[in-house]
Amino acid sequence: MKMLLKKSRKNQNYICRNNKKSLTGWLFILPSLAGVSIFYLIPFADVVKRSVTEGMGSEFVGLRNYTTVLENEAFLLAAKNTVKFMLICIPLLLVFSLLCGVMIKSIRGRADIYKTAFLVPLAVPVASIVLIWKFLFHENGFFSMLAVNISGNSIDFMNTDLAVYVLIVSYLWKNTGYDMILWIAGLSNIPAGLYEAASIDGAGRIKQFFYITLPNLKGMLFIIFILSVINSFKVFREAYLIGGNYPHTSMYMLQHLFNNWFVALDIEKLCAGAVIMSIVTSVLIIFFKNSIEGGR
Amino acid sequence: MTFKNKITHIILIALSLLFIMPLLMIFSGSFENQSQLIENLEPLFNSGNLENKAKWHAIPMYPTLKSYVEILLDSPEFFIMFWNSCKLVFPILMGQLIINTPGAWGFARYDFKGKNALFALYIVLMLMPFQVTMVSNYIVLNYFKLLNTRMGIILPAIFSTLSVFIMYRFFKGIPNAVIEAARMDGANEFQIFLRIGIPMGAPGIASAMVLGFLEYWNMLEQPLAFLEDKALWPLSLYMPAIRPEVTGGYLVSSVIILIPPLLIFLIGQKYLEKGIQASGLKE
Repeated sequence: MKMLLKKSRKNQNYICRNNKKSLTGWLFILPSLAGVSIFYLIPFADVVKRSVTEGMGSEFVGLRNYTTVLENEAFLLAAKNTVKFMLICIPLLLVFSLLCGVMIKSIRGRADIYKTAFLVPLAVPVASIVLIWKFLFHENGFFSMLAVNISGNSIDFMNTDLAVYVLIVSYLWKNTGYDMILWIAGLSNIPAGLYEAASIDGAGRIKQFFYITLPNLKGMLFIIFILSVINSFKVFREAYLIGGNYPHTSMYMLQHLFNNWFVALDIEKLCAGAVIMSIVTSVLIIFFKNSIEGGR
Repeated sequence: MTFKNKITHIILIALSLLFIMPLLMIFSGSFENQSQLIENLEPLFNSGNLENKAKWHAIPMYPTLKSYVEILLDSPEFFIMFWNSCKLVFPILMGQLIINTPGAWGFARYDFKGKNALFALYIVLMLMPFQVTMVSNYIVLNYFKLLNTRMGIILPAIFSTLSVFIMYRFFKGIPNAVIEAARMDGANEFQIFLRIGIPMGAPGIASAMVLGFLEYWNMLEQPLAFLEDKALWPLSLYMPAIRPEVTGGYLVSSVIILIPPLLIFLIGQKYLEKGIQASGLKE
């Protein structure tokens, strides 16, 4: 009996301590959670509500705001441009940064200086290099001069459909270092024993790359892909500083459109647009996560 | 093998040069004489295909500090924008330090009901593009009458969940034994956070701050949307109407905009790398 009592008291103590501990946990989180709720979660709930109601009033309009957005020509153009931009630049970035990472990982001697060179663009404000992009891509600029020397014709990247390439180049320039660091972290986690075993079995370096390196980086691919998608939205900065509010149509991105709706205070469209974007982003995250984990 | 190593080095050197080329160009250009700049860059300001293309000298033809003197002494509006940037970036980082460090500690070191779901929500928020949060932000800022004020940019940025996530990774890595030992010695939970969490998680805090500084120094979307008053605009929106005659001043201001993030980057590169890695670790 005494034993039992002692045990139960111990249990009680334990529970009590545990409760106290979880309460302390909440206390640590509370300031952050309060701010996140006030500035993000609660207003987002309001956004969802507003996306199915009429502008000022509270009349329920169903999915009307959504169909308005989805039929909006500017939205279709911006969405098409954004998707097209991502389809080109994200695979390019993933492959290029992986190659850089593999090269840096493979060399003997100091690699830090190369990392610095690849990472430096992250620190460079877009406003600083607008003139450089202009110098490179203008009809009377550097690449156009190269083109004249090679083919006799000049190229204008700024005011034609080629404008999107300016964004692709600046995106690659800016983000290669970031992704490369992530790839290197992934590469470092692959046990060296795998490579030793493979080379004993007579597998060459190319074979090792495809049969050991790539499969082992699959988990890393998910997070690098997601972060690259997120960073690709920021290319708006370049587009804005190069082209202003209304750049060449091939550079017109979703953020331009949202800004223009914002200036016009078109809250209905903004709300529906924000909900659509959040759904697309979430689906992307879930789909990509599952497809990678399923492939394992 | 050594031959292969050499080839890799050569490729990497070439790529590195390509990556730092824009920086070198800004620096060399900022020391160039204005009239030479006009001659070199004027073709960029003409539409239509010209015979002679723009040029950029690797080493200035007529090096001078004149443009520096002009910007540093005669352009007050540039300095206002510089301070505007500082008045946004430092309060944001300060706030993140005070609010998000304990937040990350709570997520990393305590178990409570609903924690995992809440943390998943934080991760999703961290991944949402600005287009999603823009109208939410607008609604709150409008409600609190914070539109067109610095606080309207600072407050939402403080509660960005990315910094919580990065610090979380580092706090999670502190061995349990250390904390249990402190508990044995009678330290209370808050003392443990202050005396063990903060010192041992310092690299994580530094990583979050370095990433944060680079992010907010370059912040463009938020001030563009929420600061109507151009007197409040930060440097990241500095976009003078570039004409051939002012290219010298423009290049000098580019260099000055660049110096703070470049210094932070060079001092904190180790932490930047750690921070990037932390952003990529799986749950």
